[in-house]
Amino acid sequence: MLKIKSLVKRYGAGDPVLKDLNLEIEGDQVVSVIGSSGAGKSTLLRCINRLVEPTSGTITLNGTDFTALGRRDLRIARRRVGMVFQSFNLIDRLTVMENVQSGRLGYISTWAALTRRYPKEDIRRAFELMERVGIAHYADKRADELSGGERQRVGVIRALMQQPEILLADEPTASLDPKTSEQIMMLLRDLASELKLPVIINIHNVHEAKEFSDRIVGMRYGRIIFDDLPKALTDEAMHEIYAGIPHADRQVEGEAA
Amino acid sequence: MTAVRDHWRKQPFIASPLLRYGLYAAVIVYIGVTVATLPIDWARVSQGLERAGRIFGGAFPPSFQRSGLLIDGFLESLKIALLATVGGVFLSIPIAFMAARNIAPLPVYYLGRGIIIVARSFHPVIVAIVFVKAVGFGPFAGVLTLVVYSIGFVAKLLAERIEEIDPGPVEAMKSAGAPFLSVLIYAVFPQIMQRQIGLSIYQLDSNLRASAVVGIVGAGGIGATLANAFGRYDYDFALAITMVIVGVILISEAISGAIRKRIA
Repeated sequence: MLKIKSLVKRYGAGDPVLKDLNLEIEGDQVVSVIGSSGAGKSTLLRCINRLVEPTSGTITLNGTDFTALGRRDLRIARRRVGMVFQSFNLIDRLTVMENVQSGRLGYISTWAALTRRYPKEDIRRAFELMERVGIAHYADKRADELSGGERQRVGVIRALMQQPEILLADEPTASLDPKTSEQIMMLLRDLASELKLPVIINIHNVHEAKEFSDRIVGMRYGRIIFDDLPKALTDEAMHEIYAGIPHADRQVEGEAA
Repeated sequence: MTAVRDHWRKQPFIASPLLRYGLYAAVIVYIGVTVATLPIDWARVSQGLERAGRIFGGAFPPSFQRSGLLIDGFLESLKIALLATVGGVFLSIPIAFMAARNIAPLPVYYLGRGIIIVARSFHPVIVAIVFVKAVGFGPFAGVLTLVVYSIGFVAKLLAERIEEIDPGPVEAMKSAGAPFLSVLIYAVFPQIMQRQIGLSIYQLDSNLRASAVVGIVGAGGIGATLANAFGRYDYDFALAITMVIVGVILISEAISGAIRKRIA
């Protein structure tokens, strides 16, 4: 279970990007986070594995307080959080297999990584997962030879190689065409239930969010203003999440404070 | 409603006209003053022309009689260049990582940049003079000189390449909990490898050229042979050496150009 408590992230002296945010995610839910650009979705996701350092608040994953970890412990703990990226973040000049195995770098020694001597069970798991998403025959191809959808499948498999306890996906379909985008969303949903894995997806496509997730979280200027089942996301709720310009909103908040 | 503008001019690079024309005027005046005050002794220029005529007269036809000396000098230059390239590139890689702002912490970054600045601030001839004093005449001084020269060039350009990498894969490796060195091996090295190979080949080529120059101040190789030939007024042999140097550099440039084109 992931528990985020009064999370604040502030860059410099400005207005915080995340303002006292609370969120709990349990079981193998697929949770979609929606909100306009700049609402803090990406910052929220990156605070969870501390790619972005939170200003205050706690983030607890199955009993481990991530915000309290030192450098070394944080590195070990990050293995438990898989992440999928909008621009895939594959290593273009390496093969698909090397990219997939790079999800295991937190477990194997640097020497094994350098010489590409991956453990047998890792290779077996890699082939199983690649078979599952239909990219096993690309194992020896260079990652930049694949199409967008195939590349994102590599990205997903890389994250799953970590055997994570939660999967974070930062706009995983934003660089893909509509059809491929749906395939990836379907894949994420199916894998979540097969592997009993909670998934948090930042997404701009509200239609896909409603279709593929169990729960929708709406963010606006650093706060969660909607948290409910997809069918509860009415037009009014949508309007509230996406309406307004940041400047006006900040001024109103300033007066209230 | 006002008429739509139908003329547009590119904004001048320096907005203030006073500053702009002032700057142009200052440059012209400075060049004029420089030419007027530089001590050029035309009598000595004409004497020099005469002497140059004598040297070239003595140089034709080029003499390849002592080709054994020529070949030995060249092989030595080639060895100096090869050793210096291998050593220089090998040392350049860690220094480049130290000098990349997106990889190294600030104190390490300054140290790395410092090493590069020192290596770059002296021309190889000056470095060679120091090393010839330190370790004596001969090829070893040449190797050390060119190692320093290689670091200055390769480490600087490699560090710049490292700073330009796509940070995405680095973020991905970090989020997988990879240790620092593994992140470098997987996320950074594949992105800089191509530049690294290109730079190494270019540096070999460049070291071969420089090895001829540093030889003149006593650091071994074909340069030493050339300096000796000049010292003994063997202008015909010197011309032969010069021709071979030009030929070899043309060949090596063609080869390195072809290789770099292939890997691009």
